[in-house]
Amino acid sequence: MKILLCTLGLIGLLATVLPSVLVCSGTIEPGTHKTIMLIGMILWFVTAPFFMKRKKSV
Amino acid sequence: MPEELNTRETESAPGSTAANEYERESVPESKLKGLRSFVGMYAGEHAAGTEFVIGPLFVVHGVSAFDMLVGLLLGNFMAVLSWRFLCAPIAVRVRQTMYYQLERICGIRLVTLYNLANGLMFCFLAGAMVSVSATAVGIPFNMKMPGLNDWLPNSAGWIVAVLAVGLVISIVAARGYDAVARFANIASPWMVLVFLACGIAALPQLGIHSLADFWPVANKVIWKGVPIGGNAQYTFWHVFCFAWFCNLAMHVGMSDLSIFRYARKAGYGYASAAGMYVGHYMAWISAALLFALYLKENPAETADTAVLAPGPMAMNIAGLAGAVCVIIAGWTTANPTIYRAGLAFQVLFRKWSRFRVTLVAGALATIGGIFPALVMKLLDFVALYGLILMPMGTVIFLDYWVLPKLNLKSFYAEVAGISTNWAAGAAWILSLCFCLALFLLFGMEQFFLFIPCWFFAAVLYIAGSRIIQRRVHQI
Repeated sequence: MKILLCTLGLIGLLATVLPSVLVCSGTIEPGTHKTIMLIGMILWFVTAPFFMKRKKSV
Repeated sequence: MPEELNTRETESAPGSTAANEYERESVPESKLKGLRSFVGMYAGEHAAGTEFVIGPLFVVHGVSAFDMLVGLLLGNFMAVLSWRFLCAPIAVRVRQTMYYQLERICGIRLVTLYNLANGLMFCFLAGAMVSVSATAVGIPFNMKMPGLNDWLPNSAGWIVAVLAVGLVISIVAARGYDAVARFANIASPWMVLVFLACGIAALPQLGIHSLADFWPVANKVIWKGVPIGGNAQYTFWHVFCFAWFCNLAMHVGMSDLSIFRYARKAGYGYASAAGMYVGHYMAWISAALLFALYLKENPAETADTAVLAPGPMAMNIAGLAGAVCVIIAGWTTANPTIYRAGLAFQVLFRKWSRFRVTLVAGALATIGGIFPALVMKLLDFVALYGLILMPMGTVIFLDYWVLPKLNLKSFYAEVAGISTNWAAGAAWILSLCFCLALFLLFGMEQFFLFIPCWFFAAVLYIAGSRIIQRRVHQI
């Protein structure tokens, strides 16, 4: 389960940054870019709390 | 920024619950942490809401492309070296918080005064972060955004947005910020990528479609080298020095002793590069691109009508994710800043509850955030912030390395059992007066004052220590 969540979280991060490269290369439209970023954001914040361990700050 | 400027020192103030470990003793060997902890912490803490403002302000001040890209590169490198060679070596040798070292050197009264100054600076810094978040919160309400030349609030909507954001942040901070700190940890990698994505996605809209397009567009569209309105022209040296001293209180000012006391070796000081080159290079450049895009899309805007609103800027390029990033970046950094300001003030108002004193700090931050001047003049404020706290770092540096070589006693307040070491007090106050004189009488810009200030404080502290310690020994 944790591996699945971790994978989804990483997909969320990729969906945050990769579309910008695609919009830069003209592959996708800015509107699509915004939508994918939104999906990426949701994926990350829904999954990350379950696999990011609590760290004690230095 | 400032971010994250320094926000951690007062965790170690008396009464703190946030970091009550080893407040008045050295960190033991078993509690030291690995390099990854430091890299992660610096990368996360220096991608704050204020980065959305600092990058555009360089555009406003007419920085050229070369000045921006190379000035930031080298200035941030100097900051990393300052962490590595000034702060970290003392931290790993003494392994005590900055607050405790300062108390041993300066005495409790002087440290209390330092904490008051620190707390006030925190409040205003948090105020700027609240303002940044408010620009995103106001988007759905079509709120009138503050303009570049606005020092006072320009609409009732702006005041309401800042008050709302400030109220929420203050209450959350007053209730303890553990949950927000955890949320900030989760949000951090995502925020960094949003900054990066914003910058990349803005390139084609600015007219950059290939690598060959970059330099001409950078010079003609983004960093034109011409200030907007009546703002002062900034040069390479402004950018270089700003990048260096943006976290002056942390490295030269030594407040990150509290962080690096957990480091296994001084080389961990290089971990600060993660924060500098992610937050203070990539993020500032990305934010500048967003602002340049705004100016390109609104060519009719003049200095009087142009707005500097991170929320709409990020929304324009990254949609809802961009606006949310602005809110989270402002919120997650303002929250601990207000909390720590509360801790600083509690040293003065010991009978007040933590909840009450943090609310007061939050109220101060919110009132500050209402005035757009805090954001529009953020570069000047950051300069002042570092300058005010930096001389105490000079005192710590000399106390550790130089005083023993001159047969003078380190940690003199502790040795002599005094509550105020006037050598340190004079070094702090008089060096600031010296800076004020350089600023007022010789027109020296605030960006460059920290260098003479460091040396002036050094001379005063050595001379003062010699006078005070000799006089005592004669008695």
